[in-house]
Amino acid sequence: MSIEVKELTHIYSEGLPHEATAIKDVSFRAEKGELVGIIGHTGSGKSTLAQHLNGLLKPKSGRIIVNGTDITAPGVVMRDIRKKIGFVFQYPEYQLFEETVAKDVEFGPLNLGMSEEEAAACAREAVELVGLDYHRVKNLSPFELSGGQKRRVAIAGVVAMKPEVLILDEPTAGLNPRAHDDILSMVKAIHGKENNIVFLISHNMNDIAQMADRVLVMDHGRLIMNGTPAEVFSRADEIKEMGLALPDSKEIAVRLRESGFDITGECLTMEETADEIAGILKKRA
Amino acid sequence: MIRDITLGQFYPGSSWVHRLDPRVKIMVTIFYIVALFVVKDFLGFAIAAAALAAVIIISKVPLRFILRGLKPVFIIIGFTFVINIFMLDGEVIVSLGPLDITREGLRTAAFMVIRLILLIIGSSLLTLTTKPMNLTDGIESLLSPFRKIGLPAHELAMMMTIALRFIPTLLEETDKIMKAQMARGADFESGNIMRRARALIPILVPLFISAFRIAQDLAMAMEARCYGSGVKRTRMNGMKLQRRDLAAVLIFIGFLALIAAERILL
Repeated sequence: MSIEVKELTHIYSEGLPHEATAIKDVSFRAEKGELVGIIGHTGSGKSTLAQHLNGLLKPKSGRIIVNGTDITAPGVVMRDIRKKIGFVFQYPEYQLFEETVAKDVEFGPLNLGMSEEEAAACAREAVELVGLDYHRVKNLSPFELSGGQKRRVAIAGVVAMKPEVLILDEPTAGLNPRAHDDILSMVKAIHGKENNIVFLISHNMNDIAQMADRVLVMDHGRLIMNGTPAEVFSRADEIKEMGLALPDSKEIAVRLRESGFDITGECLTMEETADEIAGILKKRA
Repeated sequence: MIRDITLGQFYPGSSWVHRLDPRVKIMVTIFYIVALFVVKDFLGFAIAAAALAAVIIISKVPLRFILRGLKPVFIIIGFTFVINIFMLDGEVIVSLGPLDITREGLRTAAFMVIRLILLIIGSSLLTLTTKPMNLTDGIESLLSPFRKIGLPAHELAMMMTIALRFIPTLLEETDKIMKAQMARGADFESGNIMRRARALIPILVPLFISAFRIAQDLAMAMEARCYGSGVKRTRMNGMKLQRRDLAAVLIFIGFLALIAAERILL
């Protein structure tokens, strides 16, 4: 399993006065088992890029090759693409519509042509994978659940389709800190179990630093950086110039370094930064 | 696709027509429509069309933009034409089996089509050249005399303002929900009518819920700012009739007189 994007360009409202180039010449590659973070300022083209990956938008030029199949070619069957590539939108709980949780989660698998039994099995697995008790919630109306639970059910609706590529657009937006952490550990659990490719779009640099194997940085529709979190966040000045933040742990390290303290580590987690500071304090004592 | 509908849209500009008082524009539009039903022959329609053409030119709204919004209405117009052709008795021109096309039928059908087209262009010109907010302010002001008999003019205007304001929001919401359900493999394009109707449920349910949520949030926000319609409210930009409004009214009265004269004398 691999996904390859080649020189992708998209223009909104082409030929109209408010035409805008949303993404330009974006190329990258992701392999099975990778968790790729996508960061960028609002309007940098992250969401537009993500929507191309499962064929919701058609590019102006460029190609997207999933497992050797060009999904931008004319005549591809969209259902096959959607089966391979799952997309969880921002605020996915707003797409819930069925009478019960089980029915809602089964909607995707049934659309893919699974039998009722297969769909039910997939739904059960997905609901448990997102950390809910299937037997307790299956007959509840999705509208009776709490905000965080609704979001899990909505994510389960996509996970139940067993996508080989899972795209999550700001999965933690608008959640309280606890639900936020729960959703992140859930993403990790899904990624660990399915060993799929996960694209995580986020504004939260702490999450990206902790979760991602690789980070894509978008700015004004272009892919500016593509590297490990350590590589990307070591270019602190460029990141800040784009209006993005550093992870808190990195920010502390950078400021201490600027004030003359001898901090050498990557400091992508709070623990690492704390260790560095402790080391300095010990040396002084 | 949904965005292509220009009926009821505003075309930004600062022409003489754009700057007219909305109350004047609303009244002129109403009487123009009335005039269209007074007219009974081609000369009258020619006068009405010429007047409309003049307003379009002054307003600087591209004709292409106006016509694009009419596309969905053409089906109704075509339907009206066909029905009218066959429905009237008179001198038969062409006979198609049991159906006869008569001279009178053709004439009435042609009038109907011209009338409808002028009516739609005329009224869309009102919304094209008037900001929705000004339009509702105008309606409120025109309705306010009826408050004495219990008509809630301000409330009606507020409801219209809110409805207009949320059309783009709900379109965006629909687009988002459609994409989300397509990502879950929903198919809106194939199958027979029943299947397609059922395929709309995954869009309509979330859309209704969103609409209610938005309404609730808006109501809360308005309450929080102590909105109340019972009190006498003042406006930030009060409407005052200008000299150009008077000129527009006079010109329009001239047009009405011409139509009336044409009807009576010819």
